[in-house]
Amino acid sequence: MLSNDDIKHLAQLARISLSQEEEQKLMKDLGGILGYVSEIGKVVTEAGEPSAGELRNVMREDESREGGAYTGSILANAPQCEGKYLKVKQIF
Amino acid sequence: MAIDLHPLTLAKARKDLDSGAYAPLELANAYLANAKSKNKELNAYLEFFEDTAVEDAKRAAEMIKGGKATAITGIPVAVKDNMLIKGKISTSGSKVLTGHRATYDATVIEKLREGGAIILGRTNMDEFAMGSSNETSAYGPVRNPLDPTRVPGGSSGGSAAAVAMDGALASLGSDTGGSIRQPAALCGLVGFKPTYGAVSRYGLMALASSLDQIGPFAKTVEDAEILFEAIRGYDRNDSTSIPNERFPHEKKTKLKIGVPRAFVDMKGIDPDVKKNFDQALDAFKKKGHRVIDVELPYLSYGLPAYYVIMPAEASANLARYDGIRYGYSSKEAGTLMEVYKRSRGEGFGREARRRVLLGTYVLSAGYYDAYYNKAVAVRRIIASDFDRVFKGVDVIATPTSPSPAFRLGEKTDDPIKMYLEDIFTVTANIAGIPGISLPSGTVSRDGKDLPVGLQLMAGRTREDLLFTAAKAFMP
Repeated sequence: MLSNDDIKHLAQLARISLSQEEEQKLMKDLGGILGYVSEIGKVVTEAGEPSAGELRNVMREDESREGGAYTGSILANAPQCEGKYLKVKQIF
Repeated sequence: MAIDLHPLTLAKARKDLDSGAYAPLELANAYLANAKSKNKELNAYLEFFEDTAVEDAKRAAEMIKGGKATAITGIPVAVKDNMLIKGKISTSGSKVLTGHRATYDATVIEKLREGGAIILGRTNMDEFAMGSSNETSAYGPVRNPLDPTRVPGGSSGGSAAAVAMDGALASLGSDTGGSIRQPAALCGLVGFKPTYGAVSRYGLMALASSLDQIGPFAKTVEDAEILFEAIRGYDRNDSTSIPNERFPHEKKTKLKIGVPRAFVDMKGIDPDVKKNFDQALDAFKKKGHRVIDVELPYLSYGLPAYYVIMPAEASANLARYDGIRYGYSSKEAGTLMEVYKRSRGEGFGREARRRVLLGTYVLSAGYYDAYYNKAVAVRRIIASDFDRVFKGVDVIATPTSPSPAFRLGEKTDDPIKMYLEDIFTVTANIAGIPGISLPSGTVSRDGKDLPVGLQLMAGRTREDLLFTAAKAFMP
């Protein structure tokens, strides 16, 4: 079971602000989901390197492309920028 | 001339366009007019692209005139809102991407354009493709065209509804755990999830990168195959895409169809859906195909493994939505940390927040081995189980979804109830194999006939056998 502090810690790690009401709801929801997915613990699996897929070489030539072609449209999507820089709030 | 949209297929429209029975623009306008009038109630489209559809139609007309028409030239299609179309708003159904404009075309969009298709608009979806009912969209739910009190399924509910309401001739969706096949089943359409790597994911906003795959919705198997052929192919921009020559082309007339009986018989399936499934198997037998039971003992672990792997990957993929580079940024924040936390807290919907936290948990120190690594190991067992069974059968059949379309709000309170919608479909994503949902008749609910889907799955890269079997069921 997850505690309220666990939820607060996860929310901090995930950089998501939550209301108190939602913390309560998530404690219940995540507890239920984790109970359900814990089923996989019943499967006897072999020890060894877990891999997420087929391994094959996907290297390609290292070619340079025209620089700056996307700069304008990418910056246009930013909530705040100054010149060619993204602008952020003070860090502390 | 008025074009009768309801019985029209992609294949038929292509012939009509070539013979000059109507022009691409006439066809596009007929679909746009119908889609706009239906959309007020059904909310399948988030935006219509009237201006660029005219340009697309002009290009298609020139291709036809110049004898350069392809199998999709002049065909009006709808595209799920998680595929980038240069210059267009693309939100993935999320408030966190409010106002975001794509800076490049997804590979599938490039291919649609090269083939001369007409893109009518972008369709509604569950937020970041997280859902099985299209109720998690930040832009309101989609309603099922066959019964507007019910959901169309999800997450590609808008793309399914767009075709089912005759608002597009075909459409593209994405499928991470059933998001094409389940809405196809609930809306009475053909929905196809290709082999992982058959279609490039370049320009598809990621939910879970090792599971996501783009595929078509259509009214017939032939139409779905035509659209798939148009968008498939190796892409240097997607290193997980598979070279075309690795897909076999075997001709078979008599098929062996495997049924994971123990899995299909477990509790939780609607009895009418099961009856419908058995009738579908009888139809195969009557046509001279063999139906045999197969053992896939680990299938029931597919969904729990999925609900570890998918949120783990989603929590990493959604880290990029930080309120700084694009989309929604909280105005209330005073410091950088507050920008992150408030923009994500306010920008993501409930289901997205839930899955990001779940993913964060299963990847965190101390739990990583018990959840994420264990799920990846279970995934490998399921994949090798399929490999073993496909040595003895050509395709595997299951129902697509455990029940027909349910009512809006019926499953929103209990996430696990909603997750169980994907019980039959997730295994194809877990194993990376192709799966298709075919309309398999209807069941009656409250005086309405609601469609049910039959799912067929084949071995990795065995689209050839899958389409042969699908056409045998639905010629």
